[in-house]
Amino acid sequence: MIITVLSGKGGTGKTTVATNLAWVLSFEWKVQLLDADVEEPNAHLFLSPQIDETKSVEILIPKVNQTVCTKCGECAKACQFGAISVFKAGVMVFESLCHGCGACSMICPERAITEIPKPIGQIKLGEALNDIRFGMGVLNIGEPSGVKIIRELKKNIDTSADVVIIDAPPGTSCSVVESLRGADFALLVTEPTPFGLHDVRMAAELVAEMGIKSGIVVNRDSEGFNGIDLFSKESGIPILMRIPYDTRIAELYSRGILLSAQLPEWKTKFTELFKEIKELVNV
Amino acid sequence: MIQIAVVSGKGGTGKTTLSAALNLLFENNVIADCDVDAPNLHLIFRPIIQQKYEYFGGKKAVIDYTKCTSCGVCEKFCRFNAIKHEEGKVTIDPYACEGCGVCVLKCPYSAVNLVSNKAGEYYVSMAGNRPMVHAKLQPGEETSGGLVAEVRKAALKFKESGRDIVVIDGAPGIGCPATSSITGATYVVIVTEPTASGFHDLQRIVETVRLYRRRFGVVINKSTINPERKEEIASYCKNENITILGEIPFDPIVNTATVNGVSILEYPESPAVYSIVEIFKNLKKELEI
Repeated sequence: MIITVLSGKGGTGKTTVATNLAWVLSFEWKVQLLDADVEEPNAHLFLSPQIDETKSVEILIPKVNQTVCTKCGECAKACQFGAISVFKAGVMVFESLCHGCGACSMICPERAITEIPKPIGQIKLGEALNDIRFGMGVLNIGEPSGVKIIRELKKNIDTSADVVIIDAPPGTSCSVVESLRGADFALLVTEPTPFGLHDVRMAAELVAEMGIKSGIVVNRDSEGFNGIDLFSKESGIPILMRIPYDTRIAELYSRGILLSAQLPEWKTKFTELFKEIKELVNV
Repeated sequence: MIQIAVVSGKGGTGKTTLSAALNLLFENNVIADCDVDAPNLHLIFRPIIQQKYEYFGGKKAVIDYTKCTSCGVCEKFCRFNAIKHEEGKVTIDPYACEGCGVCVLKCPYSAVNLVSNKAGEYYVSMAGNRPMVHAKLQPGEETSGGLVAEVRKAALKFKESGRDIVVIDGAPGIGCPATSSITGATYVVIVTEPTASGFHDLQRIVETVRLYRRRFGVVINKSTINPERKEEIASYCKNENITILGEIPFDPIVNTATVNGVSILEYPESPAVYSIVEIFKNLKKELEI
């Protein structure tokens, strides 16, 4: 079963939920955790994985042979991303704008464009605590999009694992879609504030559009705002767990310590959470 | 126009709380929410929309089934796995399509076209006596960097009406939406928190801001959660010669303000406000204004 943990908004506790769930379940099941928040991966800080394989992720970018090029401009016209410009002096490629689609080399009438690989990030694989199979993607600084890295990371999904947990990036953009693709269940982590409500609504909209079943975890739960409860009722998306607003929990998080490893009642709660997810998936 | 961008690398560090307060402390400013993925600033400012603009991001490939023979050439050349053969029919996954047009170039039957795709909206509004520019990206869209650029452009237009500062609430992360919020910024305020992940993400956003050669300073939010981690961040900043604009102690009143959907400045007696005013002063010193 593949469970993607997402949040709409950043900083709501996605990584807390993903890492604790993985750790708790790993006592009973074969678990894999993939950190797809490639811009800011954090799960490794809690699960201390031993990385034993690092793969480079590359895209193909064009290289123009200026002696063959006639500056006809077909490549620049074909490029939808403005990554190629033709000047009197020659053809310029703006690497950071290139999506690596290959349109320019396909269209070039002189065959003056070859494609060379350019690394945009890495995938790291290994074993974490309790034999959790661990994987993470890391986007290189200055690269615009991590979608390709997420796609490559997900090729490493272990089909023999009982549970695969994917820690998605924040927001609802294309990289979140990539993290959700093929998931059996989406766990929406939110907090009881107008911000949390606004963002969980957007996340729920996306998940519904993709036809994925979902449930809500309310983090930093406190009195004073009942918008999430109302949203749960109106949307029919159940609230599966509540993590209270508690400085003890915040302090453990700050030290990179798993909450369920320190406070045993959370082991039970995360086990219960998984039971509920299983029931919802099988309905 | 002075452009101040508030960014954080990691989400949830208090970017919106700080940028909302700075926006209220400056006087002749424009408010810009560049977190187009999960915009929240409007929940504090409750702006009244004056103008609404549609945003067309990249294009998407669309198949003309009257011409398509399901030959599968397009599928073979698509590098984004956006084209699938299902039950003898070729379909395009709009979420995966990057609109590169390779399928259009390769289709032997001219059965594929690129069509402009509405990716979101942006709004020019009034929040009290301040102009505010904000946006909403359609869920699942990829061109958020472009939408961020539109928001910044619309905010900069207020120069003509005599506004001299823009305070930008940036997007989390280090990718295209985040960098699109900092390009052109006069000064970048990086908000971090003293946690394992906060420190990790701080280093990545610092590298990113340096790559774009922007001036920047750091604010340590929730600084009292973990004094050791705070020291770790402070000594990192010292070693790297990074200005610390200030620290904001962990203050439960911030949560109260967020729950009530108002700025922390509504609670002038709170410790956080005292710190934010100090940060505001330090920022002005850095900007020499």
